[in-house]
Amino acid sequence: MEVGQMQRRLLEYTKSLFMEGVLDNQFLQLQQLQDESNPDFVAEVVSLFFADSERLLNDLTRALDQPTIDFKMVDSHVHQLKGSSSSIGAERIKNACVAFRNFCEEQNIEGCMSCLQQVKQEYCLVKNKLETLFRMEQQIVAAGGSIPMMELSF
Amino acid sequence: MDACGVASSSSSSSSSNPKPPHVLAVDDSIVDRKIVENLLKNSACKVTTAENGMRALEFLGLVDEQEQQNNLNSNGTKVNLVITDYCMPGMTGYELLKKIKESSVMKEVPVVVVSSENIPTRINECLEEGAQMFMLKPLKPSDVKKLTGHLIN
Repeated sequence: MEVGQMQRRLLEYTKSLFMEGVLDNQFLQLQQLQDESNPDFVAEVVSLFFADSERLLNDLTRALDQPTIDFKMVDSHVHQLKGSSSSIGAERIKNACVAFRNFCEEQNIEGCMSCLQQVKQEYCLVKNKLETLFRMEQQIVAAGGSIPMMELSF
Repeated sequence: MDACGVASSSSSSSSSNPKPPHVLAVDDSIVDRKIVENLLKNSACKVTTAENGMRALEFLGLVDEQEQQNNLNSNGTKVNLVITDYCMPGMTGYELLKKIKESSVMKEVPVVVVSSENIPTRINECLEEGAQMFMLKPLKPSDVKKLTGHLIN
């Protein structure tokens, strides 16, 4: 596949992620912060996000597995996850966290369990999509091309 | 609200070579620290990050009275702006704001509080305590340019 085609595929793919609500404008803002002096910025932030999220999801699983659930602590973890997913533009995870926090406030165990599953699913989705995105970018760079900038007016 | 006057620098800088503003960014989220650090660097600022209020106070040399009086740690006089998250474990951004405003060395330095939650009582509380601004997360490049624009001569 030649570079132009790869670049078009990348733009189409990125656009689809926005259309599906997987990513929002905040992700675009981060991409705009990336430049020659900072070429791996987005990948670095996303990688921190993955590590941080996995830690939080483990903590949440453990917290909801206790005989007596500390809803304040659960809420605190969800609040953190909501914050970081909002910061990188992972819109669907953020929205799932909002629902999760409501169940925490109601101290609704089943609701929380269901939300945890939902959040985990959304996280896996975003992780896969972003990893695919980065792979496509790497292929373009390896073929000597540059990564095209997404221009969206959201 | 007008920008607060910046604390006078301890070293003399010639007007033809202005030093980049030094910003202290405080946030318990590693993702947000990385992002704010880059947002600030993109606005030509020197950045120091701290993961909680205590570390921020240590950096600023505000931990104990004696240190403050002797001005042993002069980092406080080098910082031109503090940006702090509100929700942090241990010491909140509000509590950090209070400590900074109570100190003789740092009280003139603008402190901006950021939060992912839009809670009017929280906002008022911070502004009343002397916060320069309260901003909603996630921060965008335009937000940071607004904050740092007036710091650059």
